[in-house]
Amino acid sequence: MAKVKSLADLKKLREQLQSKLELREKGQDPDSRVQIKVAMATCGIASGAKTVMEFLSEELEKRSIDAMVTQTGCMGYCYAEPTIEVKLPNQEPVVFGYVDNQKADEIIEKYIKNGELVDGIIPKNYNSIDN
Amino acid sequence: METVKLTIDNKEVEVPKGTTIYKAAKQLGIDIPVLCYMELKDLNIENKPAGCRICVVEVEGRRNLAPSCSTDCTEGMVVKTHTMRVINARRTILELILSDHPKDCLVCPKSGHCELQDMAIKLGVRNIPGEEYAEMSTYRVDTSPSIIRDLDKCIMCRRCEMMCNTVQTVGALNAINRGFQAVVAPAFEQNLEKSTCTYCGQCVAVCPTGALTEVDHTPKVIRALADPSKKVIVQTAPAIRVALGEEFGMKPGTIVTGKMVAALREIGFDYVFDTDFAADLTIMEEGTELLDRLTRHLNGDKSVKLPILTSCCPGWVNFFEHNFNDMLDVPSTAKSPQQMFGAIAKTYFAEKMGIKREDLVVVSVMPCLAKKYEAQRDEFKVNGNPDVDFSISTRELAHLIKEFNINFADLQDQDFDRPLGESSGAAVIFGATGGVIEAATRTAYEVQTGKKLEKIDFEQLRGMEGIRSATVDFNGLPINIGIAHGLGNARKLLEDVRSGKANYHAIEVMACPGGCIGGGGQPLHHGDSSILKARTEAIYREDAGKPVRKSHENKYIIKLYEEYLGKPMSEKAHHLLHTHYFDKGPKDIFIQKLED
Amino acid sequence: MAKYKSHILVCGGTSCQSSKSLSIAESLKVELAANGLENDVQVILTGCFGFCEEGPVVKVLPDNTIYTKVKSSDATKIVNEHIVKGVQVKSLQHEKLNKKQIRIALRNCGVIDPEKIEDYFARDGYQALGLVFNMGAQVAITEMKKSGLRGRGGGGFPTGLKWEFAHKNQSDQKYVVCNADEGDPGAFMDRSILEGDPHSVIEAMTINGFCIGATKGLIYIRAEYPLAIERLKIAINQAREYGLLGNDILGSGFNFDLELRYGAGAFVCGEETALIHSMEGDRGEPTVKPPFPAESGYLGKPTNVNNVETFANVPVIYLKGAEWFSSIGTEKSKGTKVFALAGKINNVGLIEVPMGITLREVIYEIGGGIKDGKKFKAVQTGGPSGGCLTEKHLDTPIDYDNLIAAGSMMGSGGMIVMDEDDCMVSVAKFYLDFTVEESCGKCSPCRIGNKRLYEVLERICEGKGTMEELDRLRNLSHVIKDASLCGLGQTSPNPVLSTMDNFYEEYLEHVKDHKCRAGQCKALMHYVIDAEACVGCTACARVCPVNAISGDRKMPHVIDAAICIKCGACMEKCKFNAINIQ
Repeated sequence: MAKVKSLADLKKLREQLQSKLELREKGQDPDSRVQIKVAMATCGIASGAKTVMEFLSEELEKRSIDAMVTQTGCMGYCYAEPTIEVKLPNQEPVVFGYVDNQKADEIIEKYIKNGELVDGIIPKNYNSIDN
Repeated sequence: METVKLTIDNKEVEVPKGTTIYKAAKQLGIDIPVLCYMELKDLNIENKPAGCRICVVEVEGRRNLAPSCSTDCTEGMVVKTHTMRVINARRTILELILSDHPKDCLVCPKSGHCELQDMAIKLGVRNIPGEEYAEMSTYRVDTSPSIIRDLDKCIMCRRCEMMCNTVQTVGALNAINRGFQAVVAPAFEQNLEKSTCTYCGQCVAVCPTGALTEVDHTPKVIRALADPSKKVIVQTAPAIRVALGEEFGMKPGTIVTGKMVAALREIGFDYVFDTDFAADLTIMEEGTELLDRLTRHLNGDKSVKLPILTSCCPGWVNFFEHNFNDMLDVPSTAKSPQQMFGAIAKTYFAEKMGIKREDLVVVSVMPCLAKKYEAQRDEFKVNGNPDVDFSISTRELAHLIKEFNINFADLQDQDFDRPLGESSGAAVIFGATGGVIEAATRTAYEVQTGKKLEKIDFEQLRGMEGIRSATVDFNGLPINIGIAHGLGNARKLLEDVRSGKANYHAIEVMACPGGCIGGGGQPLHHGDSSILKARTEAIYREDAGKPVRKSHENKYIIKLYEEYLGKPMSEKAHHLLHTHYFDKGPKDIFIQKLED
Repeated sequence: MAKYKSHILVCGGTSCQSSKSLSIAESLKVELAANGLENDVQVILTGCFGFCEEGPVVKVLPDNTIYTKVKSSDATKIVNEHIVKGVQVKSLQHEKLNKKQIRIALRNCGVIDPEKIEDYFARDGYQALGLVFNMGAQVAITEMKKSGLRGRGGGGFPTGLKWEFAHKNQSDQKYVVCNADEGDPGAFMDRSILEGDPHSVIEAMTINGFCIGATKGLIYIRAEYPLAIERLKIAINQAREYGLLGNDILGSGFNFDLELRYGAGAFVCGEETALIHSMEGDRGEPTVKPPFPAESGYLGKPTNVNNVETFANVPVIYLKGAEWFSSIGTEKSKGTKVFALAGKINNVGLIEVPMGITLREVIYEIGGGIKDGKKFKAVQTGGPSGGCLTEKHLDTPIDYDNLIAAGSMMGSGGMIVMDEDDCMVSVAKFYLDFTVEESCGKCSPCRIGNKRLYEVLERICEGKGTMEELDRLRNLSHVIKDASLCGLGQTSPNPVLSTMDNFYEEYLEHVKDHKCRAGQCKALMHYVIDAEACVGCTACARVCPVNAISGDRKMPHVIDAAICIKCGACMEKCKFNAINIQ
């Protein structure tokens, strides 16, 4: 990793990373994949988020679905943990709550494969500073 | 110097910046009650944790009450020390402290001298709300050879912790546990005996309640006195005679030597002797040892160890054995005066009077609590019979005198018995810091140079400063002398010696700040350092008034050598009057003590 | 890829469910089927929208239309007009779902992978640091003062002012300290920030170091947060690799590095002077202030201590400007606050709301209302240092000063919701139990006073309290508050005073009537025989181990409450359900 030696360097780095992100999100990258974020803060892990994350990674690979599963911090929906955010290419991200292996399986088969929404979506209940 | 003007109880006062409200009030004659706060001004020792909260006062513009001992005065401050809010808080807080304190004033060793008792009397507390069901924090009682810890009575004033850590740098006492069970004790609540405690007793000297007191040997002394088969003799340390009067309402610094001897005779001791005699003996032995080492050093003998360290203070010896166990061949091998006395009494004196060793009981009156521990050290016993049977403190002697309903103030002066009761002025000054080395210098100078001293007083060796050094001219030969009192200062000095930075020929160390006059067994000073100064002054006054002021001119000492010992450092002298030291270094203590 | 042309989302949150949102979903499905649209439009149930006052809520995708206060009978209208004809149902339509939360401190939590610094870079990470370098320390401090940010750890002291004090004091070495010793029971705001966005704190500390002239930073984090510690370590290492910690950061010539220090389970070490002493290797005990840490702190040097959440707000203040930040919140309390909503509420979790929001909005909208449909009783804010807010405070805008005026305080952000089944005396006792355990023991009012307060509360809950003791509670509480050395003692009686002020009847009931209306204090429960149901079979009297039951055959029996030991044997034996607990 090259050291960031000045503010100009930092700005360049940000632009690079942002454009990579955009490409992924806007689906213009031919490798456009499904992006799944699993809330892995203490409340998530305590309710089984680790198991769900492993399940998702394995199953998506088994079913040959091109997806990126990453961890993230607390989304705020602690009452509904484990929670995951699924972003299909060209779609708004959707948050699902009370996700166990069974629900994860349902999400893969119905939402990821067919775009069919599943019960238990948690609506976004906050404004972010970029809106 | 920058000053601030403020108002306390509607009275104006101007004080230097950085002065606390408590001190500013004192200037106005307003005495704000304090409990944990303590200052020994002349020794630069101050304890202000601001933990008891008794000294809180109202400050205009401040949301809550301020602790007056730790709050600096600011310009235009308006302070009220006895509004209803303050009075209510003070009383409620005292009631809280009392609610967690045993109610055994009647049998508590501190009764009559207890600062908490005084506070309760002052504020007129008559009942403690909720006392029927109030839980108390309780602890094991720990009795060591010198000090008793009864922590149920601890009020977390932190004075002992401050003395032990900051002043003495021994570190045996620290705050442990959290919350209600918090108390000041050795680590892991183990016994003092298993800690690095040197028994210097400074913790006892400052404890406001009965949490830390001395082991009381007066019952044993009375039993010995009551035993018709025993001959009981007593020796008194120099520091007693300038402090004992305080226990009978006399001004600090009143010399009561004659009355002390009379009282001891009244009580029933068969012979009243003087530790000062043995102090002269110590000078003979130690002075000779110093000169011997000096001469060999000057002749190029590389194996000889300098500086020589005084070894009459058992707290210091203990400290040395713990912390400088790599230098055990550096201190003088001479025993302390108490122990030299015991050794001579149970041989020379006993033989002279035809008394069997087991029938002779030697009692010492000491300003020191470590002496109790010293007396029971194994190397000072012969076939299990100790050279000194019991050591009692100045306070215990006062109790004895009162118990025997002796009217101390009215006693006529009497003199010590002979042959172990005659002493020089050099022996008396053992009680003050700098006194031992001055006494040694008086003798060493005359013996080394062969000349008579023009001036007997060595003012450059006197004073209250923690670490002092002076060079004495031995007829062209400069002798560098170092002096420390308070173990923290001793540590600094010794570390310089160990690292090679220091260049002394002789060093005197007293464990107690001020020297023996400030010992753990003396009448309590309650934070008034002027008492210590007065006692010191009295010591030098007594010295100045004595006809013989040098140890080697004490004719009874001369007789002792002629009749019995031969000469200083002779084989007999070596056997009776010298000792060796033990390694109590850190590597062994922790593992060994935990395994016990 | 999508099979369905549109979706209808029906709120399945607990609140809406109790207003029959499930049947709305059913009706919609039926209606769609009737129109032959079951394969084109999908109806699904979601979690809570956080708009419970206007529920049941229905959202139609992809046009994002919101319908509120929907009934089952509206299904026809929705399907026929909106779905089939494409015309929205004006009578049900709502402008816009006003989302009450604004995630500023939590801006990256749940968005980035906390273990990847690249994610942080992509979200403008470390840009604020560059801006501050260009501004210079003096201007940066002025900007911080303008923003109006106040300490989020509970003290509420203006952050810019604190930075200025540390900046002004001259010294050869200064320190920045982050207080991550979050000790309030039930609070996990700082933990979530550190687990979800550790770089925001690292960047903020570097900014702070530059502003006050400190080259070393220390994060004092409680050992009970292993995941946060791990993520912080990873983040610090990554920052070092990229040269954002260390020498000549971003070519500015400024050096700064961070170290982690671990707490060991002492709540009192959240107090800044106790924290500093703990880091110095001494007993974690507070010491008298003044001198304040800005003048003499860690190792006697000028030190700035700030809370994790305060730091989390710092980078975004520079990125978006102090004016933007101060446009959110109330006049004296700017920005947002993260609260850990817990207790008897449906949607427990972490929320971040602008200052000035009302309790009602927090509990009934974001929180989804009281669990199991029970009645709201009180909210405890500020943990063991705070007090409770009651029904009369539901419409009070939440900010530092209003909460203090109401007898509570903001605290670090714990918000515990209580319902009718919570006994307020027990609540006070619970908090006192905590502070008695956590008091350091240095000063008498806190060490002994809190213990005595607890003893009285215990007696009251056991039915042994007297009126004198109730009065004593008040005086003792005031003296402890007035005379204690540090914030722990100065605020530990707050739960007692607050519950006494707001729920004095409950205290009186405990003392005079030996009754606990919430049914929590077991010692005050009475076993009573219903005279009408009792047939006088004497079965209960025969099993009573203390002979507390008296009565003739075939006559209603009576239990003597004074003798009864509440073992429940009689109730078990009675075949006629005549024995109840009151």
